Amino acid sequence: MKDAVPALEIAGLRKSFGRGKTSREVLGGVSLTVNEGEFVSLIGPSGSGKTTLFRLIGGLERPDAGDIRIGGRPANGRRGLIAYMPQQASLMPWRTVAANVELALEIAGVPRREARTQSREWLARIGLGDYAETYPHLLSGGMQQRVSFLRALLAPQPLMCLDEPFGALDALTRLKMQRWLLSIWEQNRRAVLFVTHSIEEALLLSDRVLVLSPSPAAVIYERKVPFPRPRDEALWTSPEFNAIKQDIYERLQAYGEVGEGAR
Amino acid sequence: MGNKGTLRVIWPPAALSLLGLAAWQLVSDLGLIEPWLLPSPLAIAREALAIAPRLLEHAAATAQLTLIGFAAGTAAGLALAALLHLLPGVKAALYPLLVLSQNIPIIVIGPLFLIWFGFTLLPKVLLVALVCFFPVCVAMLTGLAQSDPHLAEYMRMIGANKREMLWKLELPNAMPYLFSGLKIAATYSVMSGVIAEWIGAEKGLGYFMLLSSKGFQPARVFAAVALVVAMSLALFAAAAAAERLFIRWRPAGGDEGGRPK
Ligand SMILES: Nc1ncnc2c1ncn2[C@@H]1O[C@H](COP(=O)(O)OP(=O)(O)OP(=O)(O)O)[C@@H](O)[C@H]1O
Ligand SMILES: [Mg+2]
Repeated sequence: MKDAVPALEIAGLRKSFGRGKTSREVLGGVSLTVNEGEFVSLIGPSGSGKTTLFRLIGGLERPDAGDIRIGGRPANGRRGLIAYMPQQASLMPWRTVAANVELALEIAGVPRREARTQSREWLARIGLGDYAETYPHLLSGGMQQRVSFLRALLAPQPLMCLDEPFGALDALTRLKMQRWLLSIWEQNRRAVLFVTHSIEEALLLSDRVLVLSPSPAAVIYERKVPFPRPRDEALWTSPEFNAIKQDIYERLQAYGEVGEGAR
Repeated sequence: MGNKGTLRVIWPPAALSLLGLAAWQLVSDLGLIEPWLLPSPLAIAREALAIAPRLLEHAAATAQLTLIGFAAGTAAGLALAALLHLLPGVKAALYPLLVLSQNIPIIVIGPLFLIWFGFTLLPKVLLVALVCFFPVCVAMLTGLAQSDPHLAEYMRMIGANKREMLWKLELPNAMPYLFSGLKIAATYSVMSGVIAEWIGAEKGLGYFMLLSSKGFQPARVFAAVALVVAMSLALFAAAAAAERLFIRWRPAGGDEGGRPK
């Protein structure tokens, strides 16, 4: 069910910080597309400008040059058009777990009652029903990230932007979270732009992987991930998986830097 | 923190106080101190009972003054905090002056208020309000400005506007700060009420203390002091109870209950 209009279209995006001599170009002409229902991962070295790119997509900063279109509409400097999951769970300590999930719905203008029924239903579905009325500090790091993901998933905006959501988790929890996210996403196919440092994570989850150069960042490589869905970790032992992994690893290395999780 | 927790916090200082009172009584009974210099606790209690109706009348006057002043000061503090938070330019100009103003002793301001507003309740209420105003205002301003940057970034990313930032992030974040401000204000308010009554009043515990010490009746002074302490504690306890009622989300006792991040 591919739409003619991509969920996200970015063309020639440039952004510098500072002025005069101290000016530094962080984004040096980034172009990319995320189609409706497509899961796209963005891999890039630390400090290459991935979070900056998200802040531009989110409308918190304006690009110096280039265009962002979300669902076909110009979105430079416009906020509230994306569902977002940050690197830290960023749950409000004074809201219950359910109320935290409802926050994104409230801000997006979904009626309270509808937000309530949705959050209850989904918390139960992801096995956190018993925690709906507790406060976030009682949850483990992995549970908090699940709540944070659910909050982004239920937000009505079609495009989801996830900024390295599992970066702070330990390896085992991270593995569980990847499997979990995969199963939920495969039922629910939304357009996703996903930032990660781990090539394996990107390959397991995505339809397409984009490699970003160190700043000034540009997309230097793009690779379709051909494995059929539903997927599972059995993939990791397949020769094709490892061939693609090696390929992407070499592209990253060509610039002399590799993210931590990449190996 | 339930009743058990409260009890655990209260009993050590309570036990120490009782011990101190017992020692004081013993020293007095042994005749080591002249009773007209320092009456024994039991003598003070006897005197307090003997003049209970008068004492309570004065206490009621002080309580009224303190509560009105506390409420007015809190309201003014909240209003100014809200204003300064919404107008950062004004905050930058006014905030340092506000801090500076705290160096003016209220002992000096009190008589001035009397000159300006006459021998009514108003100057005294103003004095108490002035004392309560500052901790509430500063605590609230701090709380409003100290939102978690990650939360603020998240809110902006999902498109929250200024109003939503205020109501859904900054205000809830400021609540614990506000209550610490309220507890400080509650502690100071009774004291400042007494000082206001010293400066000029014809009723209230402050007035009664002044009268009793001029009349060489230390037992009465101490009885009034005990009442002042009791009222301070009661107001503080009320603020603490309100805090517990409003803020249910905090992990109990800071380190227990919550998981490490
Ligand atoms: N507001 C800003 N002012 C000045 N410099 C900035 C600003 N925002 C980002 N930068 C710079 O832009 C560069 C890219 O930062 P960014 O956070 O986007 O990288 P990243 O790819 O997300 O890194 P990581 O993988 O470590 O999260 C950094 O060098 C940072 O110092
Ligand atoms: Mg980043």
